Amino acid sequence: MTVLLFTIIVLVGAFLAGLVGSLTGLGGGVIIIPLLTLGLEVDIHYAIGASIISVIATSSGSAAAYVKEGITNVRIGMFLEIATTLSAIVGVIIATYMDANYIIVVFGLILLFSAFMMLKKKIDHSNNEKTSVLANYFKLNGSYPTEGGVQQYAVHRVMGGFAMMFVAGTLSGLLGIGSGALKVIGMDNIMKIPFKVSTTTSNFMIGVTAAASALVYLHKGQIDPAIAMPVTIGVIAGATLGAKILIRTKTDKLKVIFAIVVTILALQMIYKGLTGNA
Amino acid sequence: MSKQIKHYLGDKDVQIILGTLLRVGVLVSTAVVLLGGIIFMVTQSNHIVSFSEFKPEQAKFSSVADIIKGLKTFDGLAIIQFGVLLLIFTPIARVVFSIFSFLMEKDYMYVIIGIIVLCVIITSLYLDVAH
Repeated sequence: MTVLLFTIIVLVGAFLAGLVGSLTGLGGGVIIIPLLTLGLEVDIHYAIGASIISVIATSSGSAAAYVKEGITNVRIGMFLEIATTLSAIVGVIIATYMDANYIIVVFGLILLFSAFMMLKKKIDHSNNEKTSVLANYFKLNGSYPTEGGVQQYAVHRVMGGFAMMFVAGTLSGLLGIGSGALKVIGMDNIMKIPFKVSTTTSNFMIGVTAAASALVYLHKGQIDPAIAMPVTIGVIAGATLGAKILIRTKTDKLKVIFAIVVTILALQMIYKGLTGNA
Repeated sequence: MSKQIKHYLGDKDVQIILGTLLRVGVLVSTAVVLLGGIIFMVTQSNHIVSFSEFKPEQAKFSSVADIIKGLKTFDGLAIIQFGVLLLIFTPIARVVFSIFSFLMEKDYMYVIIGIIVLCVIITSLYLDVAH
């Protein structure tokens, strides 16, 4: 394949990944990796390197849009980033010693899980019972503005959330994804952080975590500029358009269709890994 | 109550600067990647590529030093990789910025937590995991 053809295919694919990723909230990484490995026979190591760059691009791009709402809890983000950055490096080290076929199977399983989480109805568990000693000590409880005034909220089960972030970070480093679905479980379900805060805070963490793993991947030679170029440009263009459409579009139907596509891709990845085609 | 609102407004200023920082970071790095991409396409678009095998020993721009060296020869791929590097540093700049804002708030516990996170990231910059 010539450089020109490869670049055009990846550019179009990454654009669609960025667009659909931002419309459904799934992020770009989970589509970039199947596109490159299944569609273009790119080795999983290069696919992971390209994906982590797309994760940073979408995270920083959408964070710039979120920031206007002013509800990221920087303390929660920074506190949990200790777990996510450390474990991301652990994940990259595991990836170095793990058979590529197993990595592909794990990726397929996470993809299935993400599709399931995308369709599952989210429940806001937040309340203002400041019972967690650690949350008080680390000043994690916060407030955000609503039309009816300032809404206070308390953070719960800090250790459990921290542990979940360790798992999320490990998978992020291992697979080159943002691990958004796991971060949501940690923040919404375990720590009971309100949606308005958890979405933007998790986005903040995804970028910082991905930056830590991206630097290691760069040194390992997994970030190839010839792949990174169309991926970065395509994903940013797609995500920017997606953020504009999102304001005036209902995404329920799209999510169902997309969940089916993601499930098929996941099964294909698992099959590819199990048959040892990597 | 008034104290809380004041605190929130202070945060809002920080958030606006942060939003600008992120937007500029993404825009500048995309522009650099695009520039490198154009040079790369003009000079090498007819070359044959295959990424079906992982060959880390052939990676030309896998360290900050190599990327800077490649920039001097105006190599398209080196310029792309420099843009990628800028993109990676955008969220790291956000951490540095947050540390300063905690410092201004005199919240030393979070200055330390921020420095820990930054140290982990800096470690990753020097971590050499052999394949």
